[in-house]
Amino acid sequence: MMLRIKRVPTVLSNYQKDEAEETARRSGGCGKNCLRSCCIPGAKLPLYAFKKVTNTQSEKGVRGNENKEPPVAFLDSLVLGEWEDRMQRGLFRYDVTACETKVIPGEYGFIAQLNEGRHLKKRPTEFRVDKVLQPFDGNKFNFTKVGQEEVLFQFAASEDGEVQFFPNAPIDVENSPSVVAINVSPIEYGHVLLIPRILECLPQRIDRQSFLLALCMAAEAGNPYFRLGYNSLGAFATINHLHFQAYYLAVPFPIEKAPTRKITTLSDGVIISELLKYPVRGLVFEGGNTIQDLSDTVSDACICLQDNNIPYNVLISDCGKRIFLLPQCYAEKQALGEVSPELLDTQVNPAVWEISGHMVLKRRKDYDEASDENAWRLLAEVSLSEERFREVNALIFEAIAIGETIAETLLDEPDTKTQSLEIENAITKSSHRPMVAGTHECLVLQ
Amino acid sequence: MDSKLRLIQQSLNTRYSEWIREALDDLPDNFTITDPSISGHPIVFASRGFLKMSRYSREEVIGQNGKIFQGPKTNPRTVMEIREAIREERGVEVSLLNYRKDGTPFWMLFHMRPVFGKEDGRVIHFVAVQVPISTKQRRNGGVSLSEDGSGLNEVVFGSCRKEVDSDSLLELRRVLSLDSGSKVLDIEETCKASDFEERRAATAFNNILSVLTHCSELTGRLVCGKRCSVPGAGYVSSSLNISLGRIKQSFVLIDPHLPDMLIVYASDAFLRLTGYDRHEVLGHNFRVLNGVDTDTSTLHQIKESIQTEQACTVRILSYRKDKSSFWNCLHLSPVRNASGKIAYFVGVQIEDDCKNRDGHGLSPEMRQLSAVGAVKVAVRTSSISAGSSKS
Repeated sequence: MMLRIKRVPTVLSNYQKDEAEETARRSGGCGKNCLRSCCIPGAKLPLYAFKKVTNTQSEKGVRGNENKEPPVAFLDSLVLGEWEDRMQRGLFRYDVTACETKVIPGEYGFIAQLNEGRHLKKRPTEFRVDKVLQPFDGNKFNFTKVGQEEVLFQFAASEDGEVQFFPNAPIDVENSPSVVAINVSPIEYGHVLLIPRILECLPQRIDRQSFLLALCMAAEAGNPYFRLGYNSLGAFATINHLHFQAYYLAVPFPIEKAPTRKITTLSDGVIISELLKYPVRGLVFEGGNTIQDLSDTVSDACICLQDNNIPYNVLISDCGKRIFLLPQCYAEKQALGEVSPELLDTQVNPAVWEISGHMVLKRRKDYDEASDENAWRLLAEVSLSEERFREVNALIFEAIAIGETIAETLLDEPDTKTQSLEIENAITKSSHRPMVAGTHECLVLQ
Repeated sequence: MDSKLRLIQQSLNTRYSEWIREALDDLPDNFTITDPSISGHPIVFASRGFLKMSRYSREEVIGQNGKIFQGPKTNPRTVMEIREAIREERGVEVSLLNYRKDGTPFWMLFHMRPVFGKEDGRVIHFVAVQVPISTKQRRNGGVSLSEDGSGLNEVVFGSCRKEVDSDSLLELRRVLSLDSGSKVLDIEETCKASDFEERRAATAFNNILSVLTHCSELTGRLVCGKRCSVPGAGYVSSSLNISLGRIKQSFVLIDPHLPDMLIVYASDAFLRLTGYDRHEVLGHNFRVLNGVDTDTSTLHQIKESIQTEQACTVRILSYRKDKSSFWNCLHLSPVRNASGKIAYFVGVQIEDDCKNRDGHGLSPEMRQLSAVGAVKVAVRTSSISAGSSKS
């Protein structure tokens, strides 16, 4: 059996609308100034090259020692400036700052936005929701088809270790640049898409390299209110072309305020906790000796979920230092007819932002009646059951343990015997072996 | 920098007279006073007890933001709670891990409350009382905290100690140990203050407030602990003030709902560009920059853009306080609040002559737009608070 749901897809690009006409037109001169081979020769875009940060603890602002001024402030100047420019050029489908928004009074502080324009002028489309990994399909809409004016800049690691900015850099097709583009249906100011190695046409699927890039973007923004999010297929991603979303909203999200319980600390310092007192069950990853450690652990967990065909959402919070991983089953329930009609009527698609507590509502009635209870009721439907969450956790911890073992084997090889002995000692001293600990403890918690 | 120090001096003097520092110094408690109307939300007063506890000198602390006391183990969620309270202009009481100058951390009860102007209901200052948290349960040894000015000797961190252990701070890479004793599910590494400490904080706040109230009588500009009047039109909330203070470009906010398009906010860079003092432009008409040779058709264009609620960019001859003129590339844009209604117009100025295009940074036009974006975000989010989605 194949599970499908019907939903109104969100339009992320102005070039997504005429998809139907486009397939009809087939080949010929494009004339849209897109990012495909027809238009890309000679094209230029700003390039922001970020400095690779290795230590998660060496964040800016700690103990008052501000880093030296980069040539361009990433978030405050580049993202906001380019975004405002596109706004004044009228590239967005609506003015998101004209959408009413409020913090719902209550314990959690869910944030509601009334967005009547996001949904308009689109017919419901069928989505297959039972396959988290699907091959890239060049015939469907993908980000190489957006107009270059929707792309804000290229985003890459700096080659000389310092932040660099080039207002007019050629697009290096060979090295498939990662780009930041606007989302023409923004849910808050500064809503953008990060599209890793756009020309490689990767399907919506996490890999270590791309996830690290997303973390680097969060770190580069250096503002806890600029967050990145990811939706897998089956968890309300609409476009099967690898992308993260990000936007700026200067209030804490309810998920960030929820208490957590530590499950384990891995040997590389990454701490994994479980969300408590929150309607959606999920894991929180933080710490780690380097940003890469944190990134790799989360990536491995995501890869495990997608390989096991479990839809999930990811929120990258606190400048890339805290990551929430939320496996979900709403679309599956919806396809099986297990979601109540009242919830379906709201047409809220619980993707990463909704799960984090930022509810984008499409009807005035739902906005006016928004309450802690209503938000909770919706999100509770998204969550895996306690039992299923334990099973999924076991899978994740197993995958992370394998990741760790591989890392350690790789480390061991060039090392002398004494060093590996030291590692063993360290492990015995700590009274548990990190690889096993995760799975084990997770079972104990039942 | 000088002008900032002067602002900080004035912050206390004009409201509470020059006697205020002496009077506050007589109080034994640990506390700081901050002024949200100055950019960066700086500390304008630090008590002797606080300086002793934090081991900073007064000069090192005055003018700084409270975040200098935070460190790697400070719980970001707690910091978020404090920020939220500031945004909503209300009090907050949380346990917070702060760091001394030498980098050693300590837990304290952070009890912060706003002080309002009696006549207009504006937030004048935030007072933050900081009571060190002590606990007598000794667990696995701990860090002694006898020199914190609290008068409690042999104070040892209990439940908080685990997180504070300086070894774990320095040697994060080795913390794979879940100590065997903590099978009990510890919800977050926090430190709970006792009733005694909570009472102490509340008493300290009341004492400080009574000194402030008393001294404000000397200047006739009374303050109070509860908002006694609703701020009128043209009021820029302290949270908005703080957010706007971070934006480095020259800009002003105009309230289009007030008669005669008054300026309700002017950035530091604007004051530097034009040579005015803040009080000389706040509450004044935007025309303050115009002079004899300012083109009237351009002024008309500006007026039209405000009426039609559209953004516009013009090149206009503006005048500084000293009557010298400059070509002003002015960008004007409507700014909406959380209810989606136009709350302000922002006017961002760039002096035409000094448009430096070094080819590396962003173009002046893009920087101008980024200021507009930052102002939009600041205005929208400062008005989003629970229950305050009024226009």
